[in-house]
Amino acid sequence: MSRVRVVPVVVAAALGLAACGTATPSSAGAAAVAVSSTSDACTLSATTAPAGATVFSITNNADDTTEFYVYAADGERVIGEVENIGPATTRELTVVLDPGTYTTACKPGMTGDGIRADFVVTGTASASRSDSAALAAAASTYKTWVAGEAQALLAGTTAFVAAVKAGDIPKAKALYAPARTHWERIEPVAESFGDLDPKLDARENDVEAGTPWTGWHRIEKALWVERSLAGMRAVADQMLVDTKELVGRIGDVELTADQVTNGAKELLDEVATGKVTGEEERYSHTDLWDFQANVDGARKAYDVVRDVVRAKDSALAATLDSTFAALQKSLDSYRRGTGFVLYTALTPAQVKALAAQVEALSEPLSELTSTVVS
Amino acid sequence: MTGLSRRRFVGIAAGGAALGVAGAGAVALLGRDEAVAGDSVTAAVPFEGPHQAGITTPAQDRVHFAAFDVVTTDVRVVVALLQAWTVAARRLTAGLPVGATGAVDGHADAPPDDTGEALDLPAAALTLTIGFGPSLFDRRLGLGAHRPPALADLPHFPGDDLDPAISDGDLCIQACANDAQVALHAVRQLTRIGAGVVVPRWSQLGFARTSGVGDSGATARNLQGFKDGTRNLDTSDPAVTRAQLWAQPEDGADWMVGGSYLVSRRIRMTIETWDRTSLREQEAVIGRHKGNGAPLGLAAEHDEPDFASRDGNGAPVMPADAHVRLAHPDHNDGAHLLRRGYSFADGIDRLGRMDAGLFFLAYQRDPRRQFVPIQQRLSRLDALNEYIRHESSGLWACPPGVRSGGHWGDTLLT
Repeated sequence: MSRVRVVPVVVAAALGLAACGTATPSSAGAAAVAVSSTSDACTLSATTAPAGATVFSITNNADDTTEFYVYAADGERVIGEVENIGPATTRELTVVLDPGTYTTACKPGMTGDGIRADFVVTGTASASRSDSAALAAAASTYKTWVAGEAQALLAGTTAFVAAVKAGDIPKAKALYAPARTHWERIEPVAESFGDLDPKLDARENDVEAGTPWTGWHRIEKALWVERSLAGMRAVADQMLVDTKELVGRIGDVELTADQVTNGAKELLDEVATGKVTGEEERYSHTDLWDFQANVDGARKAYDVVRDVVRAKDSALAATLDSTFAALQKSLDSYRRGTGFVLYTALTPAQVKALAAQVEALSEPLSELTSTVVS
Repeated sequence: MTGLSRRRFVGIAAGGAALGVAGAGAVALLGRDEAVAGDSVTAAVPFEGPHQAGITTPAQDRVHFAAFDVVTTDVRVVVALLQAWTVAARRLTAGLPVGATGAVDGHADAPPDDTGEALDLPAAALTLTIGFGPSLFDRRLGLGAHRPPALADLPHFPGDDLDPAISDGDLCIQACANDAQVALHAVRQLTRIGAGVVVPRWSQLGFARTSGVGDSGATARNLQGFKDGTRNLDTSDPAVTRAQLWAQPEDGADWMVGGSYLVSRRIRMTIETWDRTSLREQEAVIGRHKGNGAPLGLAAEHDEPDFASRDGNGAPVMPADAHVRLAHPDHNDGAHLLRRGYSFADGIDRLGRMDAGLFFLAYQRDPRRQFVPIQQRLSRLDALNEYIRHESSGLWACPPGVRSGGHWGDTLLT
């Protein structure tokens, strides 16, 4: 099981996405502005910048925690913000700004209107607009793909539930892994509903004492270990109810580009912690189906932003292209028929080699968000 | 003898130049001379007292924790072992070798009483703390009637991934010292003495920030890079320790009065996925700023966390699933633990990842009111669960301290 922090969307994806942390902006064209926040002053190294990405590096030189904001011309609408900047700490804020006049503000003590000043962005909007538009389009494309996977999940679950209720063990076993593929492809989104995820995807040790164990893995155990579907009709019925609820809610999810790219990283984390270890499908051993599905989801997230990545950091794009391809090549070598070999057929050396490839892909993939939104 | 360093003792006992030379070499190796041999890093910690040492003793740099199973059904043999262990523990914690003839002064054709690897080392603040697991009170030894109510089996917590081979046990020894070899030496001697009565079940080594390195007053960081232990139990306040740490007469087990209950958990961190997580996410998961350790939204490490404030979007500044929020006594009916954990790093696993994390050790008056409800909340809700895994668990009744002439556990077994 995983948990996705559903981040409140700061502003519309098309305008500004805040990035922070220690990452150095990878886009060569980003303007850099140093900000010193003290108890009574907010000093910027520059009060103008060209249109496009601007990186504010805010250093708190006061004894109290501070915040930094970039507002639109009206002084109300927040374009970007960094909160909770501790004393003697430097944080970064990346915003994409169109030409115009903005307001910057430091808020020592994190209260009041702050110490405000004008900030002028010059030039033409084309560079920033094209990025913003591309990212908005990327998020939209991904959302459409997620919706399609959700429908496929519902169809697969419906067929699986029917087989379980009919007591057809061979058929249910055959349908199990292919249906779960659609769950695993969109796992970060599917798991963002904290009430449904435990009911649908909990493993036995995830369940709290006194709470019934339901969902995919409960029936997995019945099929592969108990070899009996006794008592599973109600579990199957509930699965279908919960999946319908899930698919309905997925239709209402709004995704931003940074959520898409963070989702790619989370999918690889899922592979690293659950699939390559053989823990996810501990009874059916169909972990490689899930592995491939997680990689599919991450690959899709990368594909929708790939042009943006290539324009901003061609070396990162090249690394991701080659590491995705290498991992896929390894996975392909374990294909059998329409599926894969069982996890238990892998030797320890083969598992370790796959894990190393997951690490090799996960590290550059974790740079994706800071690259596309800066 | 407690004021005497091991090295000095050996020198006196041997009275010879050869060992004196070995001692001089050790001085160079350690970089410490006689002038500092008595400081808190190297000095001996008193073994006797109303409570066992190693609980409120300032945490040493290293732990060597060992769990044992009893292989006899004769309780008299167990009593004899506890007596023998106590004799050894008195010497070891004083920085002395075990046995009548130590490591080198016995018969040359006999194996030495003491294994010798601590000969030239100071006491290094060694403490040895014993605990009794729930299984000690099963039918084998006829001790069932003495099982304390507070030593109730821990429930299954959601997400627990416990390995029985490194969990539980009949007895445990927590050996803490400022030198890993001193701690190992102690466990090694006790294991040897216990042969035939107990068998080693599992052990765990751990480390923390080394004493005297950097700002010695600073809170140590765990392997996620965050300060860990900022808001630990205030053991200087008798009202606090009475309420939260030491078993009391009204708790239902007279022999445990003045003792404490220990929960041990080997908490593996998924280091690699954590390291790929953004700073913002890491801080939101923990609920503290990584740099100075201040609770989110606040300026200083020891500021009282602010659970009420909301940001410009109306979201809590301290997220609802932040570790600090969920573990705080204010959200656990005031329950508080004395944490004494250590980091561990045991090489790499079969997939080439760091097998590392936190060996959580927490002392308390009654786990049913402290660890269990806190962990029930954490295991269900804590954002940190994404990056950790509980792999071993132990529950131990640590009896009160040893009095002059007494032995470990003599309030239960004599």
